Amino acid sequence: MASIHLDQIGHSYGTAVYALEKTDMHFEDGKTYALLGPSGCGKTTMLNIISGLLTPSDGRVLLGGTDVTRTRTAERNIAQVFQFPVVYQSKTVFENLAFPLHCRGWDRSRIATRVAEIADLLGLTSRLSQSARRLTADEKQLISLGRGLVRNDVAALLMDEPLTVIDPHMKFDLRRRIKQANDQTRHTVVYVTHDQNEAMTFADEVLVMSAGRVVQRGTPQQLFEAPRNLYVGNFIGSPGMNFVRAERLDGDLRLDGVPLVGADRCRGIAPDAEIVLGIRPEHIAFAQGEELGVPASIVSAQDHGSLLVVDVAVGSDRLRMKVRRDVSFPAGQARLRVSSDQVRLYVDGVLVN
Amino acid sequence: MSLILDTLHLSHNGEAHLDGLSASFARGSLTTVLGRTLAGKTTLMRAIAGLQRIDSGTMERDGQAFGTLPAWQRDVAMVYQQFINYPHLNVFDNIAFPLRKRRLPEVDVRQRVESVLSMVGLSNFAGRKPSALSGGQQQRVALARALVRKADILLLDEPLVNLDYKLREQLREEFRGLLTSQSDGTVIYNTTEPAEAMMLGDRIIVMHQGRILQTGTPAEVFERPANTLVAGIVNDPPMTILSGRLDHGRIVFDGGVELAASAHLKNLPHGLYRFGIRATEIEPSEGRGIPGRVTFSEVSGSETFVHVETPFGEAVMQLEGVHQVTDGSQIGLSLAPERLFAFAADGEGALLRAPGQGEN
Repeated sequence: MASIHLDQIGHSYGTAVYALEKTDMHFEDGKTYALLGPSGCGKTTMLNIISGLLTPSDGRVLLGGTDVTRTRTAERNIAQVFQFPVVYQSKTVFENLAFPLHCRGWDRSRIATRVAEIADLLGLTSRLSQSARRLTADEKQLISLGRGLVRNDVAALLMDEPLTVIDPHMKFDLRRRIKQANDQTRHTVVYVTHDQNEAMTFADEVLVMSAGRVVQRGTPQQLFEAPRNLYVGNFIGSPGMNFVRAERLDGDLRLDGVPLVGADRCRGIAPDAEIVLGIRPEHIAFAQGEELGVPASIVSAQDHGSLLVVDVAVGSDRLRMKVRRDVSFPAGQARLRVSSDQVRLYVDGVLVN
Repeated sequence: MSLILDTLHLSHNGEAHLDGLSASFARGSLTTVLGRTLAGKTTLMRAIAGLQRIDSGTMERDGQAFGTLPAWQRDVAMVYQQFINYPHLNVFDNIAFPLRKRRLPEVDVRQRVESVLSMVGLSNFAGRKPSALSGGQQQRVALARALVRKADILLLDEPLVNLDYKLREQLREEFRGLLTSQSDGTVIYNTTEPAEAMMLGDRIIVMHQGRILQTGTPAEVFERPANTLVAGIVNDPPMTILSGRLDHGRIVFDGGVELAASAHLKNLPHGLYRFGIRATEIEPSEGRGIPGRVTFSEVSGSETFVHVETPFGEAVMQLEGVHQVTDGSQIGLSLAPERLFAFAADGEGALLRAPGQGEN
């Protein structure tokens, strides 16, 4: 178990622009991290630098304080899980888990004890004598994980989109088993994904990446409540944050003439600056009774099951809101309640106060 | 005017991939086929396309025999999970390929390719090779090549599954418009994701082990799942199913936990049932309610999912906002009685009563 420090790391493939811009990054021992971003954002590059599959163009990699920049993957004691499960189809689950220990020349009884421990940790005990071929994709992925963890000197656990081939209804179950196992082993985990939902549910801390840079690093709650810029606001949440230009009148910020944010929150913002309001679809509801609301017209509604995503027009802007299925709403005109304290202000695309 | 499939059987190495499947698909309709991996969705498409031979059963198109036609006479276009494009051809030539193969006059080819390119938003990329495109753009090229043929039947086999989450969100919305523009054809779309099936389809077919469990509009399938299996497949997170008994207007769980049955369940006969409730309809309760132990909780930023083990089955609760819940802690669950589904206690658990149903 070890902390990971990327000391002034940067990487470019050949003469291309930096796939990963020069950065200093620290991952604490025993915490779980997600690297989140679209294809080509540099997240896998960062992971491969940690594992040693890639030697960075610049900087040093430190595992538990030791410089491993020039150390081969095999000698870094890193457990890895990839998109597609890696299992020996012709072997039993036991043999799969025992394989790395055989390679290290462990004796039989020591192997048996250790494999039993790992199987227990991952809930695979009843499967040990089965052939790996007959297992489901999620069980195979657990075996890949188990083979990584079975060595007792694992410094860190790296996962690259491990849930991609898993059916939606099995994803949470596999996530649970991975997390529960890790609660006991307390490895430092770095998890790469493009799926914000996975990143947010899995990690203590999420690093949102774009074009070779970490744009924001924070807990899931921080990223949801206070995205640092428009990119993060859109990327986190499904659908992402709404952004609309505010009207500034008598110091207040208004939406289609209705005051939304008081003057006190605009302190420090230049009077002529253009302010964009960031409003989560979760923070818009239909106004009740006599309540003053923002006038809007309903454009369309998408059925997602328990929730509907409703497209509304406010003035010349379009916003999305989430509405519970059992809430009835008018077909044409409506008034919206926007939770004022949840509205975020952006100037030049960046969060203010 | 439609495609009619009658009692299709298809086995491979002794395993039934299609097990007596019957369905019909109208012209101008978009049907999503929802099911888990290995439910038989891909096999169904391959059978329609003529890429895999069925063991028995018949297929008809507009009253004409269809299942006996060779694949090349069926006028079916298919889009796969992996975006398949010709790497040596640029975007324009990739899309033009099926038309040129049919020896269409070059003037028509140009006109049709340009129109499809603008539909999928790739007009400015016509000269690029696929390798110089992002994943989302490559899949749009593959879709464009299928659309340009104006094939009679368009089959899409989980076309978004290999794309980034955000891109998937965006393309799902685009696809809805693009696919329904094929007004006279028949479009079938496979997915494992309930929300995708609900958003896209005029109609959903729920498949499981080579069979159709239910066919209906998204709202019908969601609000009246035919049995506990369907309830599990169309809800994400899955619906919680707890075993209990109905007794003189009370729902009784073993161990003395009781709820007053609401109006929609009152006139069901006494006896054993499986009661279903959605994750969004369960709340933590102070002291009372169904006793349970938290096995796992996770926060998605806007929501908290809490998995709870109860003596009557496993429950999943979806709470708005961020809640700190300790794994292993004791918790009481409150279920809104009027939101309960009642399923048969035996067999596949056929739906007997849904919320709002059968009240009088």
